[in-house]
Amino acid sequence: MATLAAGKRRPLLRVHNLKTYFFPDEGTVRAVDGASFEVCAGQTLGIVGESGCGKSVTARSILRIVEHPGEIVEGEIRYLHRTDGREVELDLAQVSADGREMRQIRGGEIAMIFQEPMTSFSPVHPIGSQIVEAIRLHSPLGKREARERAADLLRQVGISRAEARLNEYAYQLSGGLRQRAMIAMALSAEPRVLIADEPTTALDVTTQAQILDLLRQLQTDLGMAIILITHNLGVVAEMCDNVVVMYLGRVVEEGSVDAIFHNPKHPYTRLLLQSIPSLYSEARVPLPTISGAIPHPYNRPEGCPFHDRCPQFIPGTCDRHVPELQALDERESDQLVSCFLYHEPTDERA
Amino acid sequence: MTVEGPNGHPLLEVKRLKKNFPIRKGFMRREVGAVRAVDDVSFHIDRGETLSLVGESGCGKTTTARCILRAIDPTDGQILFRPTEDTVFDVAQSTRRELRRLRRDMQMIFQDPFSSLNPRFPLLEIVGEPLLVNGMRSGRERQERVEELLRLVGMRPEYMRRFPHAFSGGQRQRIGIARALALNPRLVVADEPVSALDVSVQAQILNLLLELQQKLGLTYLFVAHDLSVVKHLSDRVAVMYVGRLVEMTDRERLFNSPRHPYTEALLSSVPEPDPRRRSQRIVLEGEVANPAAPPSGCYFHPRCRYAQDVCRTDTPVWEEVAEGHWVACHRGKELELAGVRDRLPMNTAAGNSTNPATNVTPAA
Amino acid sequence: MAEDHTTRTIESTVAVGGAREEERISVATQWQLTWWRFRKHKVANIAAIVLITYYVVVLFADFFAYADPNLPAAKRGLLPPQPIHLFDDDGWNPHVLAFEGSRDPETFERVYEILGDQPISVQFFAQGLEYEILGIIPWDRHLIGVSDDAGGALAQEHVSLLGTDIQGRDMWSRIVFATRISMTIGLIAVAISQILGIVIGGVSGYFGGLIDTVIQRIIEIVRSIPQIPLLMGIAAAVPKDWSIEQIYFAITILLALILWTELARVVRGRFLSLREEDFVMAAELAGASRMRIILRHMVPSFLSHIIAATTLAIPTIIISETSLSFLGLGLRPPAISWGVLLQQAQNIQTLALSPWLLLPALPVIVAILAFNFLGDGLRDAADPYGT
Repeated sequence: MATLAAGKRRPLLRVHNLKTYFFPDEGTVRAVDGASFEVCAGQTLGIVGESGCGKSVTARSILRIVEHPGEIVEGEIRYLHRTDGREVELDLAQVSADGREMRQIRGGEIAMIFQEPMTSFSPVHPIGSQIVEAIRLHSPLGKREARERAADLLRQVGISRAEARLNEYAYQLSGGLRQRAMIAMALSAEPRVLIADEPTTALDVTTQAQILDLLRQLQTDLGMAIILITHNLGVVAEMCDNVVVMYLGRVVEEGSVDAIFHNPKHPYTRLLLQSIPSLYSEARVPLPTISGAIPHPYNRPEGCPFHDRCPQFIPGTCDRHVPELQALDERESDQLVSCFLYHEPTDERA
Repeated sequence: MTVEGPNGHPLLEVKRLKKNFPIRKGFMRREVGAVRAVDDVSFHIDRGETLSLVGESGCGKTTTARCILRAIDPTDGQILFRPTEDTVFDVAQSTRRELRRLRRDMQMIFQDPFSSLNPRFPLLEIVGEPLLVNGMRSGRERQERVEELLRLVGMRPEYMRRFPHAFSGGQRQRIGIARALALNPRLVVADEPVSALDVSVQAQILNLLLELQQKLGLTYLFVAHDLSVVKHLSDRVAVMYVGRLVEMTDRERLFNSPRHPYTEALLSSVPEPDPRRRSQRIVLEGEVANPAAPPSGCYFHPRCRYAQDVCRTDTPVWEEVAEGHWVACHRGKELELAGVRDRLPMNTAAGNSTNPATNVTPAA
Repeated sequence: MAEDHTTRTIESTVAVGGAREEERISVATQWQLTWWRFRKHKVANIAAIVLITYYVVVLFADFFAYADPNLPAAKRGLLPPQPIHLFDDDGWNPHVLAFEGSRDPETFERVYEILGDQPISVQFFAQGLEYEILGIIPWDRHLIGVSDDAGGALAQEHVSLLGTDIQGRDMWSRIVFATRISMTIGLIAVAISQILGIVIGGVSGYFGGLIDTVIQRIIEIVRSIPQIPLLMGIAAAVPKDWSIEQIYFAITILLALILWTELARVVRGRFLSLREEDFVMAAELAGASRMRIILRHMVPSFLSHIIAATTLAIPTIIISETSLSFLGLGLRPPAISWGVLLQQAQNIQTLALSPWLLLPALPVIVAILAFNFLGDGLRDAADPYGT
């Protein structure tokens, strides 16, 4: 399997035990509570989960753009920073969020695209000048060269009449074109890691297909790593090499896309996959469901966050101890799961 | 409950429905043109069945649904509604008074479970409002009916003094369903009822909708863009593109042997939650046509890979190419198009065709 | 997804407790939720207390003042603020020191010499000028005044807490009475402008179409007229022989006529957006009448916004009145308002020699700030989602 071979390579980005908490007046929200994963060049990592699972906060933590009152309280974000032709491992969790290194990395080596590109473009400047600005921020190009490069980028993301489009404003573009322009801007500094936060959620299926195709093709051409954040399991299955499944701030399962979809271990992953209707499943029959609703972040259950909705809940264990993300067995370290069905509690008391 | 087959009169017949939105400009907002949001749409819904209207945003599916409920006034066309076998009303022509009576028989479930419930009303008043305004004056009677309705949608009746802010999205959607069912409607129009919900909650609501249909003999007009959900819920499916219907037939035929190139492309765009089924997509070029200035001939021709000269000049006719299979395409009869079963594999992934979800064996 | 954000915002307003707490929140009406959210807004709470104090002063101005604000006393002109000494040689004995005025033979300025050996005892709730509480109950006690033991000496002849103006009128008492006028002129003008705004905005928003277009154009025209020249023009047209009450009334109406456009726009906007709300459509589909939809669904939904908008409109009016009077176009003596008082402090001589005449600016600033903070707090509490 491709993923196994990739696992041997040195990962570009390794997140270890990342914890990002929010401290509003009312208490603490553990938005990300111990996330670990890694991604290599040329690979796509999917982070899936429902609302409140912390997938977007994870991405924002990597770029160090978590809004107040949130902060990274623990963990490492090890990134292979390329500087003066050498690669230096840098812990992004430790560097200053506004420092020189972070500014070089953010938007340069690690770029991000968002769900709603409308808000990522200024409505008062033409998209061209915004892309030119982004290019010049991370390269010594002059105005004219930067503009040529911007037009090249637009062509690269499949926008026709690129020269003319440079003078248009974000609101003049359709949703799909805006997302393409957004991707062009993200590509301007030739990023090594592209974080795509729900890049197709606001788009129609046919446009979604276009954008996913584009991302895949750009990855083949440029060899960048992609972190794809989405709630859409179909998109994950089509796009990703490895998958991280999150629930209420914690990674519940992690593995190759084939393992996650065809051999899911965590009850949440399994139920989630069963509960979505598919084009191939039998129509008009009751679907298996996950009982209850996602708890409020202030009302997070003790122990395993999923235990109150879990059909395989072990009384006395799941509600008392917090499961750790561990390899399924010693021989095959590819699939990690955080569930007491597979290992004993290690901590004394959660 | 009497559930008529296709032989009886359909519950709803929409004939050549049109809705134009004026384009206004200038200081005194003069009308300078019109967007043809719904452009000559005809279909019917039989009693007890589910018809889905699918299409991409801006295709006119929601506008069609709202015209049927007369939440907006159609520009032209007939909407024949038969609450019983021998009564028939043209909703498009009904007066305000007639409408108030008709609306007991046609209700709506909204997409957004947050904006569809008045945050200032407790459940009792939200679900009880249709009862109250339709003449159920007794508070006790109303309360009993609300209790019954809440139980029906799987909510605890004790909750009826609570306000919407106390509930999650899925629960709110149940409340919205309870309100829609308060007056025992025949037709329920559900406008994207699960698309704003979390994935793990969607299945609960889909199951509830199916269950209620069986229990109460409801007829659904289901408006959606998610084809997997549409496939799961529908008996028949109608596909819209830029204000027009392009194809309508029963579920199996639409998903397995579509006759319109747009349907084919739409089906092939849906990402399947199974990495072993990664497939070659038909990626449509360009953008959805602008309904204010649509292209000539068939609106889909600039993006259609089967387009011929005739498609550029002539508007295709909405015709029945096979029993119960309607298509608006010049080549609807000749083309061999791919359905979901004919998807081309993209790479070397193993072609095991069982659903991954049903394939799992639960761990001990 | 949207769901998460909304529930979080609402529930975060109240710390999550046990099941009983959950039940309490679950059955809380929007008004209660708004109130809970408002209570958490500390600055707005303080502002509310400050404003309540202001209006207590407005209601009981006669009690808070100890002197007749319009009584000139030639011998006491431009007296500086008189500090209160709390102790004398024998211990606790709040008192002020008497003074003697004379005229500087060279500059003709009035100079005052403090007579250290003539303490005048003062106390709270002292007997003084007679008045009627709220115009009904006769009384003669004042917040502060000369001790009852002093044998019936009147405070206005001996005490000047914040000094006196050029005519020897007591500044403290004048500020207290000015507060009454300045703080009420705002209320009445705002009430009139809000009624106009709600009705016109509501008509515009609900009916839409041509009516809406015409009203919107009128609003734009009204708003494009520069305010100060307009006010000057109209104020100049006010007959000289009008009484204080008539001028007060005229100014109020004038301000209201200019200010209604703001709220009319807000109300129209709310109506338009509410008309599109799903729950309004749901009510319509349920068969609810238009009247019911407007009164039960739409109006309660923006009532809280109107309250907040009103609170934010009051300071605008207060400022307008103050500026008008300051320019000599609004109220005129013998009426007393903050603007009238500040008008007297207009020249450089005042600033240099009698800076206490600028004191009326302080209550203006505090009141404006308080109204703005309160309005912000109310708006945030009414609408945590910022729509």
